[in-house]
Amino acid sequence: MNVMQQATTSPIEIRTPKMPAMEGRAVSVFYGQKQALYDVSLAIERNQVTSLIGPSGCGKSTFLRCLNRMNDTIDICRVTGEIRLDDEDIYNRDIDVVELRARVGMVFQKPNPFPKSIYENVAYGPRIHGLTRSKIELDEIVTSSLRRAGLFDEVKDRLNEPGTGLSGGQQQRLCIARAIATRPEVLLMDEPCSALDPIATAVIEELIDELRENFTIVIVTHSMQQAARVSQKTAFFHLGKLIEEGHTSDLFTNPKNKQTQDYITGRIG
Amino acid sequence: MALADTNSVITDRAASAGLRRRRYAADLRLRIYGIAAITVAIGMLAVLLGTLIVGGAQAFVQTHIRVTFPVSAEWVKADDPAAGNWRNVVRDGLAQVFPDLSAAEQREVVKVLTNNAQFFVRDAVLANPSVIGSTITLDIPAADPYDQLNKGVITRDTAEENRRLNDQEIQWFDTLVERGLVSKPFNWGLIFNSNSRFPELAGLKGAIVGSFYALLVCFLVSFPIGIGAAVYLEEFAPKNRWTALIEVNINNLAAVPSIIFGLLGLALLIQTFGLPRSAPIVGGLVLALMTLPTIIIVTRNALKSVPPSIREAAFGMGASKHQMIMHHVLPLALPGILTGTIIGLAHALGETAPLLLIGMNAFITSEPGGVMDAATALPTQIYIWADSPERGFVARTSAGILVLLAFLIIMNGVAIFLRQRLERRW
Repeated sequence: MNVMQQATTSPIEIRTPKMPAMEGRAVSVFYGQKQALYDVSLAIERNQVTSLIGPSGCGKSTFLRCLNRMNDTIDICRVTGEIRLDDEDIYNRDIDVVELRARVGMVFQKPNPFPKSIYENVAYGPRIHGLTRSKIELDEIVTSSLRRAGLFDEVKDRLNEPGTGLSGGQQQRLCIARAIATRPEVLLMDEPCSALDPIATAVIEELIDELRENFTIVIVTHSMQQAARVSQKTAFFHLGKLIEEGHTSDLFTNPKNKQTQDYITGRIG
Repeated sequence: MALADTNSVITDRAASAGLRRRRYAADLRLRIYGIAAITVAIGMLAVLLGTLIVGGAQAFVQTHIRVTFPVSAEWVKADDPAAGNWRNVVRDGLAQVFPDLSAAEQREVVKVLTNNAQFFVRDAVLANPSVIGSTITLDIPAADPYDQLNKGVITRDTAEENRRLNDQEIQWFDTLVERGLVSKPFNWGLIFNSNSRFPELAGLKGAIVGSFYALLVCFLVSFPIGIGAAVYLEEFAPKNRWTALIEVNINNLAAVPSIIFGLLGLALLIQTFGLPRSAPIVGGLVLALMTLPTIIIVTRNALKSVPPSIREAAFGMGASKHQMIMHHVLPLALPGILTGTIIGLAHALGETAPLLLIGMNAFITSEPGGVMDAATALPTQIYIWADSPERGFVARTSAGILVLLAFLIIMNGVAIFLRQRLERRW
């Protein structure tokens, strides 16, 4: 932790792999009077998959939604502490939420493609952020995004058909393609497989592993097997507190905390 | 002990069977009540429509009489035909059908034709001046009493002194029928004529155009304001005491009796702002006030029914609030908004009371040329006709209601079509 803070203060070392992509420092979240998150400090390592696990209502989704300020849409929500993205506090006044969300993309629990064509779904982000100058560039982004999301071969002949007509797993990959079309640095996934069958889940998990090469990924999951399969780092939340974090293999085989052990062995949760 | 247990199980079974039977009986009763209620409702609708169709059917045809008018150069000058003595031309035409009548009788027999027969002849000749000096044959609408006789409303077995037409007049008409000069074609005049003192000439054109202008004003005012208000309340407004108060007031506004809006239009729009009386612009503005709450309420519901996942998706992509609303939420809500708006406008089309107060029930014989001209509207035209003493207006009132209903059915049909066609399902 100490080493990392030193790293962030030194401009020379910015963007070295050592420096975390995002870092929460003493993040607390309140919904009205109710506190949902207590002093969470967590670093998200670059080009790794970080999984957030814990029982329902433990605050893992709340933390995830702080990372691209999706909590802003909830009127009564208040966030304290600091969340840094490349050495900037994203809750700083000068930060433009619109730009932030282009840099920190999000995939939701339930596949939610826009009721527009497959092409339009993927093209939407680049379009509103003005990332392309020509139709050819836009076509290129759409194609490469769909390809990276492992969907291109399945949909290349029907790019103009509605995205809502795809199967659940395809829809979720479309949402991933849509999210990576703005070339984000970090990709947040909020239980991306909970509405999918095991085969579609396996496809997405494989995809997550491939995406790690280009993106930093944070995934909230209910399935400890999934966390073990896809992530390099795991953080365990309970009752709004970060209980334990560490390398996934360490955390699952050798948890330091009693609560973590109880949870991963199925005694609580 | 064991026996007693078995018995209690048996009685429990019997009791539960009874309970089940009662439950089924209650289900059946509920269903019968429902069917009975629907039957009564449909029956009432059928009676209403049946009465209107039976009463109004007569107004959809109109008795015409074919007369050959000699357009003599004595009455009509070729250099100024419009100033001709058309009354004499009409008299000559009928004198050819009934050659041996006294002068007094000739004056009476002219009344077989509508009072405006001279203008029909004049317009026909002006359109085709080459007939001056020869003859022109025209189908002229019969005057109302003869029309009613032809349609069987005035019966021959009524005593002569209680009848609109005396025996002599009926005999004249019978002569015309014998000679094959009487026809009963579809009454296009009902749609394409404006209002008239004479039932045989009165039509709905002025009212239809007046209603169109009023609804146009109503739509142009209430649609953008309604959507703007709804989008603000639904998407931007903080949830506090003030917005709650506004919300309650909008809902209350929808329940205000329409005549009060008429008074507002009279006092504010006509008296204070000096807008013209009887004008569709005033009617439209008053109707807009009434339609506004409906549009706000349906728009808010349509916005609410857009799933939150779409909003999250848009926000997650970095869309601003404006982009989220304009690109995603509003287009998805539009079918619902349009449907509600059309139903709101259909409601406004049938609204009478406020139009009476702002003078849209005046007697106006030409259609309005714009929103500032004096006009009537469909419901007020029906009201005027229902109030008129001539027999011909009785059937025309029903026919007017049928025309209004046809417009309402078309509008609701469009709304249903839009809903079926455009509404998305998630």
